[in-house]
Amino acid sequence: MQTITENYDVAVVGAGHAGCEAALACARLGLRTIMFTVSADSIALMPCNPNIGGSSKGHLVREIDALGGQMGKSIDRTFIQSKMLNKSKGPAVHSLRAQADKNAYTLEMRRVVENQDNLTIRQQEVAGIITDSDIRQDEDLRNRLINTEYSNDSENIYDAGENKDLFTKITTESTKNVDNLPRITGIRTVSGAVYFVRSVILCTGVYLKARCIYGDVSNPTGPNGLMAANRLSSSLSEHGIGLVRFKTGTPARIDGRTIDFSKCAIQAGDDPVVPFSFSTDPESVQIKQDPCWLTYTNEETHRVIRENIDRSPLYGGVIHATGPRYCPSIEDKVMKFPDKDRHQVFIEPEGRYTNEMYIDGMSSSMPEDVQFAMYRSVPGLEHAEIVRPAYAIEYDCLSPKQLKSTLEFKSIRGLFSGGQFNGSSGYEEAAAQGLIAGINAAAYCKNTEPLVLMRSESYIGVLIDDLVTKENFEPYRMMTSRAEYRLLLRQDNADLRLRRYGYSAGLVSEEDMQKCIRKQELIEKEIERVSHLNIGTGEETQRLLTALGSTPLESGATMAELIRRPELNYDSLSSIDPERPELPSDVREQVNIEIKYEGYIKRQKKQVEQFAKTESRKIPESIDYDDVPSLRIEARQKLKEFRPANIGQAGRIAGVSPADLSVLLVYLKKNRK
Amino acid sequence: MNDTIAAIASGMTASGIGIIRISGPEAFHVLGKIFRTKKAADVEKMKSHTIHYGWITEEGGTSPVDECLVMVMRGPRTYTTEDTVEINCHGGPYVMRRILKLVLASGARSAEPGEFTKRAFLGGRIDLTEAEAVMDIIKARSDDALKSSLAQLSGSVRKIVTHVRSEIMDELAYIEAALDDPEHMDLTGYPEELDQRLDTICGEIGKLLRTFDEGKLIREGILTVILGKPNAGKSSLLNALTGVDRAIVTDIEGTTRDILEEQVELNGITLRVIDTAGIRNARDEIEQIGIGRAREYADRADLILAVFDAARPLDSNDREILSLIRDRKALILLNKSDLPQVLTEEDLTGSCGVPVIKISARELTGMDELAGTIRDMFFKGSLQMNEEAILTNVRHKTALDRTVKSLTYVRQSIQSGMPEDFYSIDLMDAYAALGEILGEDVGDDLVNTIFSKFCMGK
Repeated sequence: MQTITENYDVAVVGAGHAGCEAALACARLGLRTIMFTVSADSIALMPCNPNIGGSSKGHLVREIDALGGQMGKSIDRTFIQSKMLNKSKGPAVHSLRAQADKNAYTLEMRRVVENQDNLTIRQQEVAGIITDSDIRQDEDLRNRLINTEYSNDSENIYDAGENKDLFTKITTESTKNVDNLPRITGIRTVSGAVYFVRSVILCTGVYLKARCIYGDVSNPTGPNGLMAANRLSSSLSEHGIGLVRFKTGTPARIDGRTIDFSKCAIQAGDDPVVPFSFSTDPESVQIKQDPCWLTYTNEETHRVIRENIDRSPLYGGVIHATGPRYCPSIEDKVMKFPDKDRHQVFIEPEGRYTNEMYIDGMSSSMPEDVQFAMYRSVPGLEHAEIVRPAYAIEYDCLSPKQLKSTLEFKSIRGLFSGGQFNGSSGYEEAAAQGLIAGINAAAYCKNTEPLVLMRSESYIGVLIDDLVTKENFEPYRMMTSRAEYRLLLRQDNADLRLRRYGYSAGLVSEEDMQKCIRKQELIEKEIERVSHLNIGTGEETQRLLTALGSTPLESGATMAELIRRPELNYDSLSSIDPERPELPSDVREQVNIEIKYEGYIKRQKKQVEQFAKTESRKIPESIDYDDVPSLRIEARQKLKEFRPANIGQAGRIAGVSPADLSVLLVYLKKNRK
Repeated sequence: MNDTIAAIASGMTASGIGIIRISGPEAFHVLGKIFRTKKAADVEKMKSHTIHYGWITEEGGTSPVDECLVMVMRGPRTYTTEDTVEINCHGGPYVMRRILKLVLASGARSAEPGEFTKRAFLGGRIDLTEAEAVMDIIKARSDDALKSSLAQLSGSVRKIVTHVRSEIMDELAYIEAALDDPEHMDLTGYPEELDQRLDTICGEIGKLLRTFDEGKLIREGILTVILGKPNAGKSSLLNALTGVDRAIVTDIEGTTRDILEEQVELNGITLRVIDTAGIRNARDEIEQIGIGRAREYADRADLILAVFDAARPLDSNDREILSLIRDRKALILLNKSDLPQVLTEEDLTGSCGVPVIKISARELTGMDELAGTIRDMFFKGSLQMNEEAILTNVRHKTALDRTVKSLTYVRQSIQSGMPEDFYSIDLMDAYAALGEILGEDVGDDLVNTIFSKFCMGK
């Protein structure tokens, strides 16, 4: 049988939000990359909510952007409404959220990936992964590897000869790698084609053995009726990868013409709009925005649900997979919070070229007739026509403790994974992981240092660290409360925190890096200036303070001290600061925040120092926990299961006590010599 | 890793000398805050490996707590290889705890179990071949520390701590839920409410902390009264407990006239023992006063030790004592068990239901059992010490101090108009501090509480 055999540097399995970021990162870093999808029409599809960002997720998008990822830029071009959430709260919890035109977003991302150099898109279901030990055991694979044609594209940083050498070595090597681990060598598709690669990134989202369910209906498809990927799971299992089954759900889409918006409260966007991306021109996002709408469920809605609860697959025992608690179906909300007499329902447009509206807050897996009854009980939806019914979706995903913080598998070299496949949920969480997996797959291929972001410097660090160190029983969603140093991890300073990592990885241009450095310098200079700027008790000062509702000065104060008063800020005091230089608004914002919250920021920085110390104590990958005496049994088991990369991470594993850490430290010290 | 730690290094028994060890970069600085020599020498300028005589004082240097010898040693030529200070003080547990408390308040942190040894090892001070022993020590000590910490956590203190902790978590979850879902939950008016509730919580913890500062069990010990008819062996018992010949012991009835008070250490529990004049229907006026006070003390006592003479039959005095201890927190000590027995356990316990222990105060037999029984009564709570919650453990106190400090920060944030998300930082610290008392991690508590209490998400 003749089948295709090809050779790339990296194969990305899946073209959702994780897959796109991963593939773009690899391709932009000069690796010959191929991205597989079950449907080339559905690149960067948003099958659930029509927004990007939101509380803490907005932070993720900013961080992706700072690192040189794509999501922020694409949503800035395709949003139809934008809001900065929590503006009345502290700067650390301000979060940007945009309503996306779903179709436009998908098309925009498709345009970007399709035009990316070094990136090939292929509509094909990936059926299995191939490791070097598979090749040694399979003569056909061996022959194919030896006879593979290597592209001689001189643009590439790797010449074909190097790949050929590597692969030839694999076939002839009688022993395994130095670290004794199998190495990823390729993938095979359902058509029998084999792609030899150095690295594979799994971004399969919710497509593995997906099943969509509502009422008695159970369709073996991915979201939106797209083809599920039913073969890869067993290949992963054969390679010793443990999978679990999660579920999530989505509400119905309703024909906007059948909604009575006069019964709903209008929800408008912000003016002016703040862009997500640090490189987007703010002028370009001041567009005419579309409204969303707010209405509520009521007793009637809840009665309909309660009376039909036995017909819900969730409650009738048809669905066993674990669903997320933060995004409960409406039947969960009604059953678990019986005291609440109403729940919020947001009606959000799916885009500008469709009448379909997304009914945010009412995801469900109830039978179709119950869905009609419950949606129509909501004010404004009395005559609603459902275009697409709500459904729950079940899928195979990874138990992410099998991953390192680099998102590489602990048990197979060169195999990475990102996105919902890793047990997370949300487009932003997926994109963030995809980007990191992409950067690290590239680092793996180039044999350079991988990128691991710490909890103390980014939400992405928190996200990945939580995934790899905690038992995860439901799809993981980012929340600001998960970030213990969130005062430092603001969406407004993501560039100052992370640009340099994107730059060293090779995804941020010299120009953008210089811009960031200049910004940092301006901020520091201005903070220094206002900290030493003495303001006397002059008449003009007292008048301004009184006008701003602040108490007049009894004696002199520094400008910084005045900025710290709750009712004042950097900008409101400009008239009594004639020497003040002309500064861009993002610089002024940083100066204001850094001065205003200096005390808190200092405290968190001190905590971070302590944190960084334990993080820097590495645990060798080869450690045998059975050889460590005096560990408590539970700790030993957990450590064997999670295999943390450092002492700090070990401490975050539930069941490992400070005494166990001490024991471990002593052991490490003993064995270092 | 290089913060400064401190602990009592000499064990908590009533020995002649107690040692409090401080190790870490701030060791000298910490000592400087609380140590005064006659010539007011500057601690930070003291030569390494020298010994100094002076007083430990409250910060500010006014009231002396104890006179002591202090050894100052700069690293790396020390056990831990860090700057180390050892305070040699008088060996009473109360004094040692008080000094430790001052040390901790001056910037040191309470050492983890085995931490000095761990530092010694990591500093290269202990031979690598001893690594396994070090690991064993760490494990054993931390097991012990946890056990004793939890054992010393009385039911009522635990109840208060658990309650306050869950209240703090509720507030945290509320704030965080509102931050996560701002279109759903509004925090208008909430800061004022929170301030009120924190005021109440701080009050509750403050009350608990005062029991430590004023606490009977630490400063005064368990108020213990020894009752018994003349010459039953009360004074011998006291001597046996203290190991010192304090009361005058004779064979003449009524020799002990004054009420003697003695602090006794029994397996880490402090007993404040009152030896009374013998309970007897005396006509002697001086003795009358003594007996009257004895009864008075018996009414106030946390624990009564009733001494009976096993070699003499029960008389009216004995019966009076039996009626006095009925339904009270008491132990019957059948003394002179080394002599031919006239009285039996049944004679005594039958009438009042109080447990009996056979001792010989003169021969010092039965003392271990007595110690063990009191200890069991104390730890296992079979003895109703006192209904109110009493704090006894320095670690617990330090954690509660931190809690109050954190909650005070929250209140400051509220009062200075800080946005709500700033509250969480210090609320979380308070929650973690309380968790240390209960031996519980923070883990995913916040996220779990948010989801169990609030209907989150769209």
